[in-house]
Amino acid sequence: MSAPAVEVRGLTKSYGAITALSGVDLRIEPGQLVGLLGPNGAGKSTLTKLICGLVRPSAGSATVLGHPAGSMASRARIGYLAELFRFPQWLTPDEVLRLHQRLACSGGGAVERGALLERVGLVDLGPRRVGEISKGMAQRLGLAQAMIGSPQLLLLDEPTSALDPIGRRLVRDILVGLRERGASVLLNSHLLSEVEQVCDSVTIIDAGRVVASGSVDGLRGGRVVEIETEAGIERFEATDREAIPARIRELVDAGRSVYGVRESGSSLEDAYLEAVKGAGE
Amino acid sequence: MSAATLSALAAGRAIAGYALRESLRRRILGVVGALTALFLVLFALGAHFAFEDSGRVGSELSTDGSGFADYRGATLLGLAMFATLFLGAVLATFLTLGVVRGDAEVGLLQSLLVRPVSRRTILVARLAAATMIGSAYVAGVFAISIGITALFGGYTPDNPIAVTLLLVLAVIAITAISLLASVFLSGTAQGITVLMIYGSGLTAGLLGQIGDALRAETLVNISRVTSWGLPFEALYQQALYMMSADRSAISKAVLGLGPFGGAVHSGPALYPFVVAYLIAMIAFAAFAFERRDI
Ligand SMILES: Nc1ncnc2c1ncn2[C@@H]1O[C@H](COP(=O)(O)OP(=O)(O)OP(=O)(O)O)[C@@H](O)[C@H]1O
Ligand SMILES: [Mg+2]
Repeated sequence: MSAPAVEVRGLTKSYGAITALSGVDLRIEPGQLVGLLGPNGAGKSTLTKLICGLVRPSAGSATVLGHPAGSMASRARIGYLAELFRFPQWLTPDEVLRLHQRLACSGGGAVERGALLERVGLVDLGPRRVGEISKGMAQRLGLAQAMIGSPQLLLLDEPTSALDPIGRRLVRDILVGLRERGASVLLNSHLLSEVEQVCDSVTIIDAGRVVASGSVDGLRGGRVVEIETEAGIERFEATDREAIPARIRELVDAGRSVYGVRESGSSLEDAYLEAVKGAGE
Repeated sequence: MSAATLSALAAGRAIAGYALRESLRRRILGVVGALTALFLVLFALGAHFAFEDSGRVGSELSTDGSGFADYRGATLLGLAMFATLFLGAVLATFLTLGVVRGDAEVGLLQSLLVRPVSRRTILVARLAAATMIGSAYVAGVFAISIGITALFGGYTPDNPIAVTLLLVLAVIAITAISLLASVFLSGTAQGITVLMIYGSGLTAGLLGQIGDALRAETLVNISRVTSWGLPFEALYQQALYMMSADRSAISKAVLGLGPFGGAVHSGPALYPFVVAYLIAMIAFAAFAFERRDI
């Protein structure tokens, strides 16, 4: 059996008097796409940095593919996109990737660089240097950088925060592609719909503690559907898929006209609000 | 060599190459080059007029012209040495500005540190890159200065190569101090601190001279200890000493009590000390860097 992509046990991190994480457990299986959710200041970025070895834990342990987090062996297997990052202004995007190829010991050469830039939609940049590209372009470049050397684990801290809608779509496709080749991903995001669409499981943290964790379907419970009839809009929580046509049939049998049926918001959102509110009380 | 060593070397080369390109493209060298050209022109003008004017005074005062030529040449080259070290210190500070904390604060360092490269390798590579540029710079500026004093005054120092190497070593020591400072301080604070440390070294040297003149032993001792603690100063004093080691008493007297720091012969023990000092600085910087949350 292969080692989990990430195994975090009892991880605690204090910055002086501030406790950023306390006793966090997290497990990511190979090929699994895990969403990390939580309010601002919950400790998501801190957890991500602990896994990639930028920050040292105060207590607890973390391993990456069986190697202690922060060790050379673990770092050789990860790709990381930080939440706030910058590449040297005076390098071209291609040079940034070349530097990271050398550091990651990737022998992919110009072929890999070209493919990655194309994958993130950064083509036809011309002679532009990093200092001359837009924020979203820089984030795309950061994502390409994280994928250098086809790492087995990607740690992405809000990779779509600066992206346009097409860019966000692109990232979703990239994530699905990564899963298909067997890579694991920890996706840190505030976009619940994004997490809902691509992640296999979700961990919600609040104030440094895990407050909910499980598969996306398990967490969100039923789907909330809005059904529009001449009597107005009825909100209806469907515990399973078949409940939706059943309810519509009921309405039609009762002589109502159904003008529209749509999914109301994200029910992951309800689960999220529930988990975070519950922890705050 | 083990695979780990080889990959550390490869990563170190990549980081050093990155640092070299950074200094070339960030226009640091342009600014430093312009300032240096200005200094060299001023120095050449100064040397020209100093030798012309004092030539008259010298022939009146001295029956033996050679001692006096040494006096003028040594004074001027002492000035060049001071200026070279100063410019070298500024360059060393620039080249290592924000290497750790400064770069971490703006998010430049994170993606590099997650790669399988040890933080020690990064520091050593940055030291190597700054040393390469700093050494070439110091050697070049000082060689031109020697050329100028030779051309205008017919003066050449004793041991020019040893003197140049001592200046180069002094700039490497400043580079290492600056790298250590970069672990704890962000860019601007680091730069100011390093230049203040440089100033403290010079002050210690001047204190020693005053102590010598007043025969105040405590002052001299304080100066000696500080100069070794900030060994770029001890190296500079040794360089001044080497410049006229084989010369007449008069030029030795000038450099011993000149306006630009005193010549002090620290003896060969200085060299292993400086090597140990450099290793200790980088080891301490790496130790602190490893423990730093980025
Ligand atoms: N370097 C630091 N020094 C002190 N406290 C820190 C540091 N970094 C983070 N913290 C604190 O740790 C806690 C968690 O921060 P973290 O950045 O992990 O939150 P986050 O979940 O990523 O939030 P966001 O959604 O805003 O990105 C916060 O209370 C923050 O103030
Ligand atoms: Mg964050």
